[in-house]
Amino acid sequence: MSQAETVRRAPRRLWSLGLLRSEIGTTFRRWRTLALLAVLAGVPILVGVAIKIETGSRGPDGGDGGPAFISQVTNNGLFLVFTSLAVTLPFFLPMAIGVIAGDAIAGEANAGTLRYLLVAPAGRARLLFAKYATSMAFCLVGTLVVALSALVTGAALFPLGKVTLLSGTSISFGEGLLRALAIAGVVALSLLGVAALGLFISTLTNSGIAAMATTVGLLITVQILDTIPQLHAIQPYLFSHYWLSFADLLRDPVYWDQLQKNIGLQALYAVVFGSAAWARFTTRDITA
Amino acid sequence: MPPPTAADPGRAVPRDADHVIETRGLTKAYRGGQLAVDRLDLAVPRGSVFGFLGPNGSGKTTTIRMLMGLIEPTAGSARVLGRPMPGASRQVLPAVGALIEGPALYGFLSGRDNLRRFDAADPTADPRTRDERVDRALERVGLGAAAGKKARAYSLGMKQRLGLAAALLQPRELLVLDEPTNGLDPQGMREIRTLVRELAADGTTVFLSSHLLDEIEQVCTHAAVMARGRLITQGTVAELSATVLDSGGHGRLAVTTPDPADATRVLKEHGVTDIRVAGDRVTGDLPAPPDGHPAEPADLNAALVRAGVRVRAFGAERASLEDVFVHLTGEGFDVAG
Ligand SMILES: Nc1ncnc2c1ncn2[C@@H]1O[C@H](COP(=O)(O)OP(=O)(O)OP(=O)(O)O)[C@@H](O)[C@H]1O
Ligand SMILES: [Mg+2]
Repeated sequence: MSQAETVRRAPRRLWSLGLLRSEIGTTFRRWRTLALLAVLAGVPILVGVAIKIETGSRGPDGGDGGPAFISQVTNNGLFLVFTSLAVTLPFFLPMAIGVIAGDAIAGEANAGTLRYLLVAPAGRARLLFAKYATSMAFCLVGTLVVALSALVTGAALFPLGKVTLLSGTSISFGEGLLRALAIAGVVALSLLGVAALGLFISTLTNSGIAAMATTVGLLITVQILDTIPQLHAIQPYLFSHYWLSFADLLRDPVYWDQLQKNIGLQALYAVVFGSAAWARFTTRDITA
Repeated sequence: MPPPTAADPGRAVPRDADHVIETRGLTKAYRGGQLAVDRLDLAVPRGSVFGFLGPNGSGKTTTIRMLMGLIEPTAGSARVLGRPMPGASRQVLPAVGALIEGPALYGFLSGRDNLRRFDAADPTADPRTRDERVDRALERVGLGAAAGKKARAYSLGMKQRLGLAAALLQPRELLVLDEPTNGLDPQGMREIRTLVRELAADGTTVFLSSHLLDEIEQVCTHAAVMARGRLITQGTVAELSATVLDSGGHGRLAVTTPDPADATRVLKEHGVTDIRVAGDRVTGDLPAPPDGHPAEPADLNAALVRAGVRVRAFGAERASLEDVFVHLTGEGFDVAG
């Protein structure tokens, strides 16, 4: 009897990806996301300038403590990439992920937009997937921002050239760049566990701030637990335990053992907390 | 009034393809334990403009959340467009537009980008025609000029309109509007009424919750009244008014005449009670029918004329929906705890 009745539209697989596109676009247009990326870009600049000033006043041989490659930065700007990733991985990067993933569902619930996405209908599992994929995209973008900023700063402040690996052998600058890219990839993968954890916490509450704070709090707690020797029995299961193993990519031959353990652990976290988030979010009452 | 139950065959609503919304014993207890919605049997006919009335906290929004699959009923079942909810959300919801508990927007996005996002969330929406749809919806709610403005800078009424626009992105079979005129200026309210009538004329069923009774009276064909989580009554608006006429007084008679004193005397002789005179207007309660049949107002009119009373206007005042509402839900201002 009506034109309204004649339109029963069917979902299309390809159109379903529209939500993911929209999610990524929305996330990366937020002022907050851009601020986080700006902070991440700023860290390598600070580190580079600090090293430059330090060596300028003390001569080029300094280099006590700090990550293994910090002393190499003055000889080769490419090492600023490795240094910066080592500096940002324990806190800045996972904190940024914690903010993005923690806010993913809780922030929408807080604003009330969640109910409108769900009646659109986004589909709960599909929305959760889009949120997780966007968090993963942020892991990658955040890491690349650090790496690129470090590369540019390193090239501006220090000479570039052949790369001497931790094992003593030398590789060309081109191969060094490739290794830097591989390291950025590994660092991004290292963050997937935090992203899944943050997303799960995000499904538990209607307050974006609470979810972000809880995620970042857990991150700090885990880092502290990882330094207490009495807890060595549980430490291999802490998501941050193998984070700095990315340096093993700077050996010849590469030590794969810890790298593999790291990726395996991140996958475990992604599966466990991803499933928990799914179980929670698909059954939860949305009243906000 | 005893609560209607599914087991009561006299009241049970037939499960009917011509109902776009149909609930059976629908019940929701939030985590506190108290029943927010209690054994609700609702039947919304296809093509109706259905007013959903109730005081604050009576369970209207809770019912709408269950219908939209946002929350799981504690007991009972709900069918929307003939399919069970929340099970069939994916099939049902693309044909349903909803405004639930006020608008919610991304403040950092423009009005247009807000709509693009909600449209992108619908997997049945063709991305190639997205911009057309969004612009049409914006025009329809009168936001064309403000489409590029950040939603954060919108006034309450503009946000409400944008929420409505999101509900109108696609042609819908059912529109669920939870207090759609909240925050709108009189102009905006009129526009919403016009919009609702237009949509209804197109065959869209409109399910509308509101506190504004004259609002509902003006646009709705059907209505249901909730109080404390229970359905008190439902039916056509005319039927509801009649309910009050039967069970409350018997309607009030109103006579406009230049001879109010004579009119009062004649009416009194014919058993009209509670007569009040205000200027040239005489009102009173029709006499209780002695044999169960309602008194015939025409006889009273004839009596007045016979007695030489000049009558300018004569009529029985119909109970307004507000009378119905207050009669059914009680006068008190306090929200039921
Ligand atoms: N998220 C919630 N958690 C617990 N109780 C709730 C929740 N939402 C509503 N309630 C309770 O459920 C009952 C019905 O609330 P509901 O929001 O459905 O009322 P309403 O008819 O929409 O009221 P209003 O006209 O004020 O919008 C109220 O007693 C309320 O306190
Ligand atoms: Mg409400």
